[in-house]
Amino acid sequence: MAYTEEELKKELETKEYEYGFYTDIESDTFPKGLNEDIVVAISKKKEEPDWMTKWRLEAFRAWKQMEEPEWANVKYQKPDFQNISYYSAPNKKPKYDSLDEVDPELLDTFKKLGISVDEQKKLAGVAVDIVMDSVSVATTFKKTLAEKGIIFCSISEAIKEHPELVKKYLGTVVPQKDNFYAALNSAVFSDGSFCYIPKGVRCPMELSTYFRINQAGTGQFERTLVIAEEGSYVSYLEGCTAPMRDENQLHAAVVELIALDNAEIKYSTVQNWFPGNKEGKGGVYNFVTKRGLCEKHAKISWTQVETGSAVTWKYPSCILKGDYSIGEFYSIAVTNNFQQADTGTKMVHLGKNTKSTIISKGISAGQSQNSYRGLVQVNSRAENARNFSQCDSLLMGNRCGAHTFPYIEVKNKSAQIEHEATTSKIGEDQIFYCNQRGIDTEKAIALIVNGFSKEVLNKLPMEFAVEAQKLLEISLEGSVG
Amino acid sequence: MDLKEKLVSSFMAFEDGLDLDHPVHEERSSAIKNFETKGFPTKKDEAWKYTSLRGLEKIDFSIFPKHETTLEYKDVKKYFLHEIDTYKIVFVDGVYSSYLSETTHDGVDVCLMSSAFSKPMFKQVIEVYFNKAASKDESLTSLNTAFSKEGAYIYIPKNKMPKKPIQILHLATGKEPALMLQPRNLIVAEDNAEVQIIERHQSLTGNEVFTNSVTEIFAGKDAIVDYYKVQNDEPTASLVDNTYISQKDSSVVRVHTFSLGGKLIRNNLNFYQNGERIDSTLKGITILGDKQHVDHHTLVHHAQPNCESHQDYKGIFGDSSTGVFNGKIIVDKIAQKTDAFQQNNNILLSDKSTINSKPQLEIFADDVKCSHGCTIGQLDDEALFYLRSRGIPKKEAKALLMYAFANNVLESVRIPELKLRINKIIADKLGVRMGFDL
Repeated sequence: MAYTEEELKKELETKEYEYGFYTDIESDTFPKGLNEDIVVAISKKKEEPDWMTKWRLEAFRAWKQMEEPEWANVKYQKPDFQNISYYSAPNKKPKYDSLDEVDPELLDTFKKLGISVDEQKKLAGVAVDIVMDSVSVATTFKKTLAEKGIIFCSISEAIKEHPELVKKYLGTVVPQKDNFYAALNSAVFSDGSFCYIPKGVRCPMELSTYFRINQAGTGQFERTLVIAEEGSYVSYLEGCTAPMRDENQLHAAVVELIALDNAEIKYSTVQNWFPGNKEGKGGVYNFVTKRGLCEKHAKISWTQVETGSAVTWKYPSCILKGDYSIGEFYSIAVTNNFQQADTGTKMVHLGKNTKSTIISKGISAGQSQNSYRGLVQVNSRAENARNFSQCDSLLMGNRCGAHTFPYIEVKNKSAQIEHEATTSKIGEDQIFYCNQRGIDTEKAIALIVNGFSKEVLNKLPMEFAVEAQKLLEISLEGSVG
Repeated sequence: MDLKEKLVSSFMAFEDGLDLDHPVHEERSSAIKNFETKGFPTKKDEAWKYTSLRGLEKIDFSIFPKHETTLEYKDVKKYFLHEIDTYKIVFVDGVYSSYLSETTHDGVDVCLMSSAFSKPMFKQVIEVYFNKAASKDESLTSLNTAFSKEGAYIYIPKNKMPKKPIQILHLATGKEPALMLQPRNLIVAEDNAEVQIIERHQSLTGNEVFTNSVTEIFAGKDAIVDYYKVQNDEPTASLVDNTYISQKDSSVVRVHTFSLGGKLIRNNLNFYQNGERIDSTLKGITILGDKQHVDHHTLVHHAQPNCESHQDYKGIFGDSSTGVFNGKIIVDKIAQKTDAFQQNNNILLSDKSTINSKPQLEIFADDVKCSHGCTIGQLDDEALFYLRSRGIPKKEAKALLMYAFANNVLESVRIPELKLRINKIIADKLGVRMGFDL
């Protein structure tokens, strides 16, 4: 064995956040606090039309009436919403045609993150729409996409240039008043991505954005809207890392997916916000509302790898409205130290012959708490609905917890629902078997965890799968001796 | 006046007839205070998300029945498991009926809570056990504690076993247009004791009955307790059945719940494992029709290492009935090597029926084996075809499949006559005559 148990533990505890650095780019930051003036100011700053300003104000007024939800199985210091600055954008805002013109400091940041923009451009064929502190700075491959009629831009640009599309779809899946954080996001969202795939078009590359929280004390409120017209296909990737901060940072994003008849959307996330240090200090609060709407024969597939954030509160959902629509959810949630995650999905079966699959893998180590919370709802008119859910939890050490809260509500007799959950630890015999074959304990654990997560990792696009596997290793290295 | 106010205000009158110096009196007073603060649970409470008591709260229940009623044995014989000899503790409208009962003090105590409260010889047991397992927080349990006065008292000393099973029967005569009953049972099986108990609530007419029952069961080291709940009541009878079980080392407690009839049934079944190598079994069969509503709410709290728990609930729901299953398993940090299993299978027969299932795991220990499974589906068409191709009519074929579905639960019933009785009730429910016994 390469390490003793103590050594492994020590190494894990001292494993600091690898991407914890801070880039000094002059920012244009709003004063702290939130009121109607700030909401109007954000809207003005972004040169938005009147209807958008009104929409934001509506959301803000609703938000004021709402209370912060407390039902999740997480404990945290509630953020002070008046102590957050709601807008920050990198100061220099020119539009680049090539990467050479981009601020070298920014490029350096990406290099540290391991996202070499040009390399990805060449090798992976990925168009990266980089969001740094809320405003998109670089958009690549736009031309290739434009030829196909695909619109892939920042949401603020979309509001200006494609108002008819935004107006038609924004807030249709996640209404302004949906929940506390969705309302907050609707009022103050600074930027995000917009993606429109025209009828019958198959997006030739994986679309991706990277989010970062950069400016101290600024919340990040992303808004993503993906529309797949009839018979189209798109695979969308989203990944995030954040620099180290002592103060808790709030991240309340909203993602809306609309898959019209026969369309397919594949949405993959790797989330690696700063999880706080080993004492549980700092870290990002990640309160996200993600929801997709499926029309007839449409399919939405969520894949997520959650390794970061101090507190995660996230339930990517599918509304299976059209007949024969399909919803999928594949998730790996890893928590270590004092991280808390309450994550899962909602599958709402409304149409006939709808199908959904849920595979959730939770791994908890250190003193973390990892919960799966899911809802499978079959409406009385949803004939022949089919659901399969599987939630497995792996515990490492006896100071962590794994929880499962599945809600199953069925109102139709033709529904077929299966739900399975297991909780276990890595078997001593499994490790022994590996040791016996000359694989040291740490590698053996990586191997077993990898096997445990394989079902989900397999669903990730190639570029992400490698990164995700690395992340798993970083997050769990040496958790168990 | 709503039901809550009525209950709170009648507590004073209730106190009048009791010994105020009795140690239990304090428990009652603090319990009524808790109920007064919390009131009846509403759908806003997570634990009552799928079951509403609003309808019941509107009914003007009489809390203390005015009439004393005697019943002829032949009229109520069918509600007893009369095929075998048993001890019987029978209550008619909440009042003990010595005529219908058969109690004993021969080695074991099978008698009444009212005498256990009043007689000095039981004082010690009451002090050690009464209200020690029951929740002091849950409002309906508090309500029962406040009005606790009558019920079954069963005490099995060390190494003893009663000669025959014990039946507890609560009959409601319907003399009152609407009656609320609050029986309180205490069952103590000391180390290495064994006991089998059958409990049934039965309304004799179509008048409204609302029973809020609390049963506390204590199982000592190596004790074995089998508890069978037969719930096959009239469509106007509602039942909230709160059971709290505290187990010590190596004890075995099995609770079977047969929910086959009633208006609204809520079973709160709570197991607390306070020792090692404990075995807890929770099984249930639910077969419903009409607008019936059954809510199974189970909790198994694994607080010590090397324990097991097995849960298996089967439900068949027809017409506009609603089934709820909410099973919770908690495994504490120190409860290593726990083996907890939970299963909930449901069949929906009608498009108006609903099932809400929430199997929950909360696990804090790493070296455990915990799993749960939940399925919702319908009868297998191919199996049905197989049977019909062999000349079995559709109705019987369906019934046969449903029998097979529920059989897992029946298998572990250890009183053969009871098993037969349940089979008959199920056949009755399904409207078939089976030519064989399962």
